[in-house]
Amino acid sequence: MTTMTAPTPPGATRHEHPALPGGYAVPDFDKPLPPREGDREIQYREALREAMSEEMRRDERVFLIGEEVAEYNGAYKVSQGMLDEFGAKRIIDSPISENGFAGMSIGAAMYGLRPIVEFMSWSFSFVAADAILNNAPKMLYMSGGQWGCPIVFRGNDGAGGQLASTHSWCVEGLYANVPGLKIAIPSNPYDAKGLLKTAILDPDPVFFLESERMLGDKAHVPEEEYYIPFGKARLVREGSDCTIISWGRPVNFAAEACERLAADGIECELLDMRTIRPLDMDAVVKSIKKTNRIVIVDQSWPFGGVASEVISQITEQAFDWLDAPPVRVNTADVPTPYAKGLEAAYLPNPDRIYDAVKQCTA
Amino acid sequence: MTQASASTKSPHSSGKPSDGLSDDTLRKWLYDMQLIREFETRTMQAYQQAKIGGFCHIYSGQEACAVGTINSVEHDDPVVLAYRDHGHALARGMHPRACMAEMYGKLEGCAKGKGGSMHMFDKPNWLFGGHGIVGAQTPLGAGLAFAARYEWEVLGKGKKKVALCYLGDGAIDQGAFHEALNLASLFSIPVIYIIENNGYSMGTAINRHTANSDNLIARGQSYGIKSIEIDGFDILDVYDHFKPLADECRDLQRPGFVDLKTYRYMGHSMSDPQKYRTKDEVDTWKEKDSIAALASRLMMSKSDGGRECLTEDDWKAMRSEIAEIVRDAVQFAENGTDPDVGAELYSDVYIHPVPNLSPMGDYIHGDKNPLL
Repeated sequence: MTTMTAPTPPGATRHEHPALPGGYAVPDFDKPLPPREGDREIQYREALREAMSEEMRRDERVFLIGEEVAEYNGAYKVSQGMLDEFGAKRIIDSPISENGFAGMSIGAAMYGLRPIVEFMSWSFSFVAADAILNNAPKMLYMSGGQWGCPIVFRGNDGAGGQLASTHSWCVEGLYANVPGLKIAIPSNPYDAKGLLKTAILDPDPVFFLESERMLGDKAHVPEEEYYIPFGKARLVREGSDCTIISWGRPVNFAAEACERLAADGIECELLDMRTIRPLDMDAVVKSIKKTNRIVIVDQSWPFGGVASEVISQITEQAFDWLDAPPVRVNTADVPTPYAKGLEAAYLPNPDRIYDAVKQCTA
Repeated sequence: MTQASASTKSPHSSGKPSDGLSDDTLRKWLYDMQLIREFETRTMQAYQQAKIGGFCHIYSGQEACAVGTINSVEHDDPVVLAYRDHGHALARGMHPRACMAEMYGKLEGCAKGKGGSMHMFDKPNWLFGGHGIVGAQTPLGAGLAFAARYEWEVLGKGKKKVALCYLGDGAIDQGAFHEALNLASLFSIPVIYIIENNGYSMGTAINRHTANSDNLIARGQSYGIKSIEIDGFDILDVYDHFKPLADECRDLQRPGFVDLKTYRYMGHSMSDPQKYRTKDEVDTWKEKDSIAALASRLMMSKSDGGRECLTEDDWKAMRSEIAEIVRDAVQFAENGTDPDVGAELYSDVYIHPVPNLSPMGDYIHGDKNPLL
């Protein structure tokens, strides 16, 4: 249909699909990932920037659009320097029109481009709800397989920093409900780079959930190109007394809680799910078979959120292996408060995770 | 009467674009409009027989809008619109069989029966749907044009295109439309927003649903977009005013805005009892019928200002042929295949399905779309 194709990344295989002009590349996920240890420490925001820049250098169809991404160098400095490298036709400052620029990008993706749409905060994505929920994930189905939507929506997700009630959304609690989209949620710079590269190559709509609080987190990130597969949890810590699973920023809270619990003689096994759709239930079940107890740490609200879904799946798949009911730790079931102390109590903080594991292993 | 009288800008002085249209072309346009009219009549019958379900929005009366504008652009200019989409689908080249089969929910339909009346998609004919939420197609239209421009300008491939984005007068009140207009103007995107202004937003007359309702083009102008009014009942008028705009938007890679005055003969949808207007009002508009007007012009002698390229018998034969084609389409739909639940319910959800996307099992690939 169009003349638009792009070079295949090294090691990747090219797949064709009638809905996608130019086909799409699937990285070689069997290739071992580079080591997580090293001394090339960069920030989470720089890891995101590297991922986008690497893909944009190879594939001219990829462009970035969002508020302040170009001349301001990014509201959170994620896209710093990218305007200089890629120019104003590919790093595009948009007006404050989430519905407009998200919908526009979906149209562009249908035509054959590969947009990356930045929401300054996922809290603002609700203005674009019709576009991102009614169009992007449904286009392939309602067109009977004629058009896909190879697009990435990314931005800050989650509370903290006293941003208060309208700026502190964790949208995975709502959006994970919708079939047709994929959701990735990295908890650290190494995963941020590898998952975002995979997201950009992915031919389906991907909601990529970052966190303003983690953008400055530093860790080793390999300089080389690497792609982390969706649907593969990472074993952060081995243990046999209780499984903890989480995704996004709370993984770091959970890791902290694990240290405290270890001092009390409770060895937890911690899994970072990394993607919510798809969800690596195989890793979860494997761990439950070992520990027989599980705590789910979820930064969304409790009623019908991701933890609720995970517990449903655990009940379906690992019921006989549980010695105690699963315990969930969510944010408090209230709008996000401003006051520091209230917000700290609101979050699924290490104290609450510690208490949950104690409850589960009692 | 609820609609302001149309005022048209005068065409350029050196003769009208429609003067250059061949007799064959005009006969084809008559055929295309009549096809839509006959098709919609049969669609209504099928709906009343409960062969078609859900919402169904009939285009009868507005045929000159779709046929006149679509024939002003190239085959590979992207087109996107709302849910009153059967006419545009046919005008774009969708086979009547595929269109009817879709409404019957059959696998042979343009969306394999998974879209329905509101979701007419046709990739080989550059028809990007068929969208149900009022106004949702307007940012999409900007995106299609943006991508076409990007393909030409950044990738250095393709050519200068325009995208056509149709909407009703009801949709101009939707926020998404204003965001789209702003983006289109700011980024100089070659999308033409064609407001098929039939004077009603569902059951609410235009002077009750939009402020400044007799001056819609002021809205486009307020965004710095070239905006014109066109009488949508005479297809040659449509072409004469729309073609130069389309050419200009393509050449300068800029957006356009058209207030295309028209009227729908049937209700908003098949469920609409039309309590908001009188039969007299509808009948008055029917006197301006586009199809009758074009047929008359083609049959009229040249000395009387007509084309003299169609006889009464020709016209009767054409209508007969069309009736047969539409009958065939209905029969085709009746005999079509119901999509198999096992093969199609969980298909076409992802281009690249992987395990664990759903607690309900794996997603699959379905049959290839019959249009591809």
